[in-house]
Amino acid sequence: MNLFEYVRPASVAEAIAAAGEPNSAYLGAGTNLLDLMKGGALTPARLVDLTHLPDLGSIETLPDGSTRIGALVKNAALAHDTDFAKRFPVVAEALLSGASAQLRNAATVGGNLMQRTRCPYFTDTASACNKRQPGSGCDAIGGENRSHAVLGWSENCIAVHPSDFCVALTALGAIVEIEGTTGRREVPITEFFLLPGDTPEKETVLEAGEMIVAVRLPAEAAKLAANQRYLKVRERTSYAFALASAAAALTIENGAITEARLALGGVAPKPWRASEAEAALVGKAPGKEAFAAAAEAAFAEAKPSGDNAYKIELGKRVVARVLAMAAAGTPERMPALPASAFAPLPEGVVNV
Amino acid sequence: MSDAIPMPGGRNRFGSNSGQPLTRRDGVLKVTGAATFAADNHPDRLLHAVTAGATVSRGRVTFLDVEAAKAHPGVVAVITPENRPPLAMDPDEKPTRFSFRTEVLQDDTVRYAGQPIALVVAETLEAATEGARLLSPRYEEEPARHGFDAVDTYEPEAVGVGAPAKVGKGDVEAGLAAATRRVEVRYETPGQYHNAMEPHAIVAEWDGDRVTLDTPNQALVMSTGAFAAWFGIPAENVTIRSPFLGGGFGSKAIIFGGQVLAILAARMLQRPVKLALRRDQMYGPVGHRGATRQEMRLGIDDEGRLTALDHLTTSATSSFEEFLEPASNASLNTYATPALLARHKAVRWDIGTPGPMRAPGEASGSAVLESAMDEAAFAAGLDPLEFRLRNYAETDPASGKRFSAKALRECYADGAKRFGWAGRPLAPGQMRDETGRLVGWGMGTALFHAPMFQAEAKATLRADGTALVETAGADMGQGAWTALHQIAADGLGLAISMVEFHSGHSGLPDGGIAGGSGHTATAGSALHAAGTDAIAKLSELAVGDERSPLFGAGNVGVEARDGRLYRADDPERSESYAEILARAGLSEIGGAGQGARDPASAEERAMFSHGAVFAEVKVDPDLGQIKVSRLVGAFAAGRIINPRLASSQLYGGMIWGLGFALEEQAVHDRRSGRIMNANIAEYHVPVNADVPEMDVILVPEDDPYVNPLGIKGVGEIGITGTVGAIANAVWHATGIRARRFPIGIADMLTRPQAA
Repeated sequence: MNLFEYVRPASVAEAIAAAGEPNSAYLGAGTNLLDLMKGGALTPARLVDLTHLPDLGSIETLPDGSTRIGALVKNAALAHDTDFAKRFPVVAEALLSGASAQLRNAATVGGNLMQRTRCPYFTDTASACNKRQPGSGCDAIGGENRSHAVLGWSENCIAVHPSDFCVALTALGAIVEIEGTTGRREVPITEFFLLPGDTPEKETVLEAGEMIVAVRLPAEAAKLAANQRYLKVRERTSYAFALASAAAALTIENGAITEARLALGGVAPKPWRASEAEAALVGKAPGKEAFAAAAEAAFAEAKPSGDNAYKIELGKRVVARVLAMAAAGTPERMPALPASAFAPLPEGVVNV
Repeated sequence: MSDAIPMPGGRNRFGSNSGQPLTRRDGVLKVTGAATFAADNHPDRLLHAVTAGATVSRGRVTFLDVEAAKAHPGVVAVITPENRPPLAMDPDEKPTRFSFRTEVLQDDTVRYAGQPIALVVAETLEAATEGARLLSPRYEEEPARHGFDAVDTYEPEAVGVGAPAKVGKGDVEAGLAAATRRVEVRYETPGQYHNAMEPHAIVAEWDGDRVTLDTPNQALVMSTGAFAAWFGIPAENVTIRSPFLGGGFGSKAIIFGGQVLAILAARMLQRPVKLALRRDQMYGPVGHRGATRQEMRLGIDDEGRLTALDHLTTSATSSFEEFLEPASNASLNTYATPALLARHKAVRWDIGTPGPMRAPGEASGSAVLESAMDEAAFAAGLDPLEFRLRNYAETDPASGKRFSAKALRECYADGAKRFGWAGRPLAPGQMRDETGRLVGWGMGTALFHAPMFQAEAKATLRADGTALVETAGADMGQGAWTALHQIAADGLGLAISMVEFHSGHSGLPDGGIAGGSGHTATAGSALHAAGTDAIAKLSELAVGDERSPLFGAGNVGVEARDGRLYRADDPERSESYAEILARAGLSEIGGAGQGARDPASAEERAMFSHGAVFAEVKVDPDLGQIKVSRLVGAFAAGRIINPRLASSQLYGGMIWGLGFALEEQAVHDRRSGRIMNANIAEYHVPVNADVPEMDVILVPEDDPYVNPLGIKGVGEIGITGTVGAIANAVWHATGIRARRFPIGIADMLTRPQAA
């Protein structure tokens, strides 16, 4: 990797000042950043190491009932926090379906939001990539793109956001707390990530020097705890990125869905909130018909960006299944294979 | 640096070390981190070398920013075709039969992406790595040639390592014409990469015109000659230390250019040099399992018997060297048929040269043979096992020779019973589990050659009653050192705790090649013979000495057991090895032995290990995700020296088969030909969660012809049969024949979602 300056700030203010310099990057656990640096895909001149900052590592319930997760909380610590997992089971399930145990032990909440796409043309410095080198083109278009986006992509970029965690956060309407030189601001996660459009290099609303200090889950999200699931379809049983995933949360009263949350992963350049599908579910009786209609609504705008038309069909089936799983109720215990198609399933969930 | 396993304190059954499920002797060293792998060596004044790899598949390097690399702090030297010191051998020469043309910066041509185009040497690994990046090469690029339909085929002369490209008997066309049913299918297998856990590495240090190499190697003594040829020095001036290998799978049997360049840099700079490949650098320069397109034609008569079998493989190789996956030859020895044809075509792509990878030929070939046999069984309306039994080969289909031993019927029976095969519905899509997932059962026949190579060994009985045995064998993790140790102890009539075992060093007697599933048979035979030789010499001392209780036993003979010689006709009369040596005033007595196949047996008999693999898969009917839920393998492979380690090898092979069937493939960009998933996050191999409940049955088999010890091999056979069994189970669950490996979710989505 390139030579870089290493800065270890003592406070958030120092960190922000240090990272305001051009070509700086924040370092969390580095589970993604350092790999990209080793491969030469990223060559920051300065790394600002956040891991020694105080006060960013706790999970708190605030007086208004919302839950605030510090940016440096480890993925594993969050997923295994009993109280958190009880209140936001879909988040825990999504976290535990990602990466490996070792990576989850190291990787941070803030870093998860900031992870980069797994598009091989982004990682590979010999390929054209508008994300890595604006204006150079996109070799994924016309290349090996079976795992690329079917929603939200542009002629400049068809890469997908790889996170599982962010999909669950998106379904539950999480708020991202950001601190910068001009102070603190809050952005809903649905607005935190940007679509590629003509500027695929700009992936989030963060300005130079701004850092994520926390992610907050609103109190009302916890009310959905009884019926929420994450489902992730992948090319092997574990330790693989999603071909298509979905997080669903439902409120069911008197045999009808009164509130629905649905977000998709692995199919779009950002964690994809499926608002039309949510709207289509409200007032309906939970069941195959309603779920199939929601699946159609979720992918109504989808189109293949290459050899990936199958992902539209797959995505619809994932949506229908995750809604059926959520309707069947959050399991009492986390399945041994979280979010897996091969976890034990409630009866009637599989189409037979 | 440890190339000796300490003498274990374990118990042994009286009179027999072989057959005992000992744990591996190197296990504690490995789990405690005390085992020294090549890249763990850090001699004083060590320099680090990193190769820069081409980022185009074909063309010429027109510019390297050598100045930028040299200016990077810590960089000591940048070696390019411009300044590379001369080598003693032309890179197109082949000093051994396992030598491949390789890249040693002989010119500016690029023949595949990832090919080394420069070597940067620096004080630290980081500086060398960044120096290599700073070279920012520019190219005159030519279009990459890649894909079975994009490139013309040619007729090769040989496939694999010197196997004929076309073998046959009978009239295949007539057989097909006479058939009542025919199955004509085309399958494809992708390029696959060895991905040993330990990346290739070398530490080279010169002392005058002698060089010492720490490098993982599957063929130690042969490789000294190969390295020596590059540098114009005698083979004895090359010492290779290879005490531990973190997996080899065929890719550490063959010397690659990077090793030569590291040795060259060490000589040029007169300092020790280490080169350790990154994971992505293992995709190209160090071999792979070549891609194949396989076309099969099977004819079946009314009785469900084959009338003809034609297996045509098109194998992909590089533009500059030929290693062709001998996949069709997997059809030569399994099923009886009056007409048989195994033939190959070849295509040249702009890729690194393929090479042997665990079960070369047989893995890809049996995947397709067993799939096609399943298709034929269904066409014939027969249970897949019954169909195979009707086509059971009593003699070798290709040569007509009798088998040395073949307990395949027992494998079928034992495997089917353990699996619960009976009652399997013939039609696909008939079985569901309790939650509605599709369930399918499939099976495949496993078969692998039982070869022997050449090996030598020494045994030394010492005055204190202990012994030292030596052979330059290779333990890649398969447990060879443990199994060989057991055999050696039996050869000496000693408990294993009394025997010190040295291996993994080229200065020891030639242990042959750890490959082809022949290492235990070959090196084991040599060790056993060396022990027997030492005992014979010891007996001579005793029976010729009036003071010995064994005096005069020459005609009736003596038996060596538990450190003593006994009169064969009177077990009351015996003497310990130590007593015999002490009376003779000797501090030790040595023996030597060789291991090789008896040519007469080889001429008369066809020699194979056999097996049967049964698989159950579950497929989510909506989502298409596939999971293997059960695997049962029954294998007959002659005498099993260590059932624990043999089972472990078979488990490993079957898991590899699972990866072949459902996961492994190099994804090449269709335009540039470059591999886009050269890392083990995106190149999938099975993870723990993929591995189901597994059962390995070791079917007893006495094979008196393979070698006096009756040893075959178990290193590769586990893959064969398994791939087909899983593919057939997927079909049985879903009715979908993907015919292109790996089988994935997209293939399953062609099945409409149930209402």
